[in-house]
Amino acid sequence: MIGNSRRGRMLAIAAASALALSVISACSTDDGGSSSTPSDGGSSAAAEKVTITLQTFGGGKNFGFKEAVDKWNAEHTDIQIKYDNLTDQFEQTYWPQMIQWLQSGAGAGDVVGIEEGGMGLAKAHPEWWADLGEFGLNNHQANFPAWKWENGVTVDGKLFALGTDVGGMSLCYRKDLFEKAGLPSDREEVGKLWPTWDDFVKVGHQFQAKVKDTKFVDGTNTLYNVVLVQEAAKNGNVAYFDKDNKLIVDSNPAVKTAYDFAEKISKEGLTAKLRNFTDEWKTGMKKSQFATLGCPAWMLGVVSGDDAAGPEFAGKWDVAAVPGGGGNWGGSWLAVPKQSKHPKEAAQVLEYLTGKEGQVSVFNYSGNLPSNVQAQQDPAVQGAKNEYFNDAPVGDIFVKSAGALQPVFLGVKHAQVKNAVESVVSAIDDGSVPYAEGWKRLVDDAVKAAG
Amino acid sequence: MSLHVDAGQPTRAPVPPGRRHVRRNSPRSFRTWLDLKAAPYLLVSPYYLLFLLFGLFPLGFTLYYSFYKYDLTGTVEWTGLGNYTAMLADSAFWKAVVNTLGMFVIATVPQMLLALLLANALNKRFRGQLLVRMGVLLPLVTSVVAVAVVFTQLYGRDWGVINWILSWFGVDPIDWKAQRIPSWLAIATMVDWRWTGYNAIIFLAGMQTIPKDLYEAASIDGASRRRQFWQITVPMLRPTMIFVVLNSTIGGLTLFAEPTTFYNGNVHGGTDSQFQTVSMFIFEEGFREFDYGYASAAAWLLFLLILIGSLINFLLIRRIGGNK
Repeated sequence: MIGNSRRGRMLAIAAASALALSVISACSTDDGGSSSTPSDGGSSAAAEKVTITLQTFGGGKNFGFKEAVDKWNAEHTDIQIKYDNLTDQFEQTYWPQMIQWLQSGAGAGDVVGIEEGGMGLAKAHPEWWADLGEFGLNNHQANFPAWKWENGVTVDGKLFALGTDVGGMSLCYRKDLFEKAGLPSDREEVGKLWPTWDDFVKVGHQFQAKVKDTKFVDGTNTLYNVVLVQEAAKNGNVAYFDKDNKLIVDSNPAVKTAYDFAEKISKEGLTAKLRNFTDEWKTGMKKSQFATLGCPAWMLGVVSGDDAAGPEFAGKWDVAAVPGGGGNWGGSWLAVPKQSKHPKEAAQVLEYLTGKEGQVSVFNYSGNLPSNVQAQQDPAVQGAKNEYFNDAPVGDIFVKSAGALQPVFLGVKHAQVKNAVESVVSAIDDGSVPYAEGWKRLVDDAVKAAG
Repeated sequence: MSLHVDAGQPTRAPVPPGRRHVRRNSPRSFRTWLDLKAAPYLLVSPYYLLFLLFGLFPLGFTLYYSFYKYDLTGTVEWTGLGNYTAMLADSAFWKAVVNTLGMFVIATVPQMLLALLLANALNKRFRGQLLVRMGVLLPLVTSVVAVAVVFTQLYGRDWGVINWILSWFGVDPIDWKAQRIPSWLAIATMVDWRWTGYNAIIFLAGMQTIPKDLYEAASIDGASRRRQFWQITVPMLRPTMIFVVLNSTIGGLTLFAEPTTFYNGNVHGGTDSQFQTVSMFIFEEGFREFDYGYASAAAWLLFLLILIGSLINFLLIRRIGGNK
C-alpha cells in the first residue's frame, strides 16, 4: 500500500508539472524574441547596449544600407543595428507579414522599410507607429521634397516615416549583346535609338533578327510598370485609385496604355516570359536570357546583387535614357513601429539612415537614388559613376532629374490590387490567359482584390 | 501547484499490518481517489488542453467569423451567410477546388498502386531487408520545402533536367508552371516521392498480419502468386487500406507546401492560379487580402469537402474484394 500511495503522489506531481509546463510554454510564445533588457532608454540605463533591428525587403542590394550600417556599428558601442532584409517580395510576402505584426503588436523590428505601395495603408493607421516628432525629427522637413515628406505624415498629422529613395527612371541594357546584334552600344547613341516606345519595339525586332538565344526584354511586368508610371504622370498622377480611394483601373487611360504595351511586346515575341523578381528571372540574368530591363534607380542594386546578375557581369550592363521620358516607380520610407521597445534609439538610427551621410553611402553602394535633398546635392553623388554599369554617370542620369519627379497617388489597397493586376500581366505572357481575355481579367481581378 | 496530498504523512509511516477497512474522509481515501480516478484524467489532460486551445477553439472561432466580414485592417460586420453565398459564386474558389481534386487524383491513384506493389516486394525474403525497408522511408525525413525546391529546379522551363531529357525525344520545352495539367503532374510527383514509401511501410505492416496458412492453402490449390496477391493480400488489407486512403485524402485535399514553394512561395499558385489549392486560396484570402471572414468560410467549405471526399473513398474501399 505504501508503494501504491507513493506512486499515486508521484503521478499527481507529474501531472501537475506537466500541466504547469504546458501553461508556461503556451504563455512564453507571447513575449518570445524580445530582448532581455527591459530598459526604456532612460538616462540611467544609457550604458546598456541596445540592439535596433532594421527590417527591409528587396532583391540584390535592397535598401543598400550595408556599408552605412557597418560604419554605424563600428562607431557606436551603445546602439548596434541588426540589418535584416526579410525577403525580395514586398506585396506578396513582406507587407502582409508586416501588417500582421503591426496589428498584433509583436514581431516587427525597431525600424522598418515600407514601399510606396504600402504607404496609403500605413498612413491610415497612426496607431501602428511611433511619433517621430517626439524625437525631434520634424526639423528635417526642408531636406525632403514636399510630397515625399507629406506621405510620411499620418492621417491625424503626425510624422511617422522619412523617405529613403525615389524611383527615377532609365533603361538598363547589355552592352555586349547590343554589339553582337550590330546595334550601337554607346549609352548616348542607345538612348537616341528609342525616343518613343514604338522605336523601342522596332529596335527590339532588329535585335531579335540577329540574336536568337536572348530575348530583348525580360517579360511583360517590368516595362508594364515603367509605362504605367510615365502615363500616370500624364493622367493626373493616379494609377489604380483616384484620390478618393475609388478604384479606377477600368477608366484610367494610363492603365490601359501600359497594359496594351505589355500585350504588344509579348505578342511580338520580344519577351523571355520571365516574371520580375522570381528565381527564374534572376537565373535569366545569369544565363543572359534578356538584353534590356526597365531600370528605376533602385533596380541597379537589384541587377548587380549576387543573387541576380552578380559580379561576373560587371561592366557588361550599361544605363541609357528610357523611352517616353522620366517616371517615378518605387521608392520607400523608414518608420518606427509603436511596439518598438527602444523608440528613441530607433529614431536616431532612422535619422542617420535617411540623413545625408546614410543616403550618400546608400547611393554609392547600391545606386538607390536618395530622396534627401542634401544627399542629392552632395558633389560625390552628383558626379557619381556606377562601376558595375560600365562607369555610367548615374549622378547625371538620375540625380539631375530627381527634383522633377512627381509622386503617383497610391490608394490604401494599392498593394493588393497591384499584386492581382501583375499576375494577369504575367499570365498573358506565359500563355495561361489568352490575349483576348487579358484586359477583362485584369479589371475583374482588380475589382475583386479591392473589394 | 496546489495539489498538496501528503499532509500528515509522517505520522502514518508505519502501516498496521492486515488493515481491513479504510476509513472514509481520511486523506488516504482522497489519495486513493486521486490515484484511481483523477490521475488518469490529469495524465491525458495536457493533450486535451492543447487540443482545446489549438484545435477546438480555432475551429469554433473560424466558424464564428465565417459569418462576418472581417478585414484585419478595418471593420468587423455581420454578413450572415454572405461569405458562403459569395464563395459559391466565386470562380477563383471553384478553380482552387478543381485544382485540388485534380492534383489529388493524379497524385493518389498511382501512389496507392505503387505503394501496394512496393509493399508486396518488400514483404518477400531478401538480403538487407531492414536496410531497404528503412530506405523506403528516407524521403519522408527530408523537409518538404527542400523536396519542392529540388523538384522546382528539375521542372524548370529553360534550364530544367526534365525538359532537357524530353528534348531528346523531340518534345518542345514544357512550361511546367504556366500550363495547368503539367503543373499538376509536377506537383503530384513531389507528393508521391515523399509519401509512397510511407504508405508502402504501412501496407507492409498490414501484410505481415495476414496468416501464412491462407497462402499455403492457396498454393496447394494451385493459385499463382499474382492471383494470391489480388485475392488474398488485397482483400485482407482492407482495414489498412481504409486508413491509408483516408489519410491520403486528408493530406491531398489540404496540400499547401509543395505548390506554394513551386511558385516562389507565392500562394497565388501560378500567374493564373493554375495550381492554387484550396488551402492556398484560404491563405491568400486570409493573409494576403486580409479578408478573414471569407477565408474562414473557405476553411469550412474545405472541411466539408474533406468529409465528402473521405466518405466517398471509404465507401469505395469498403467494396474492395468484399462483395462475395
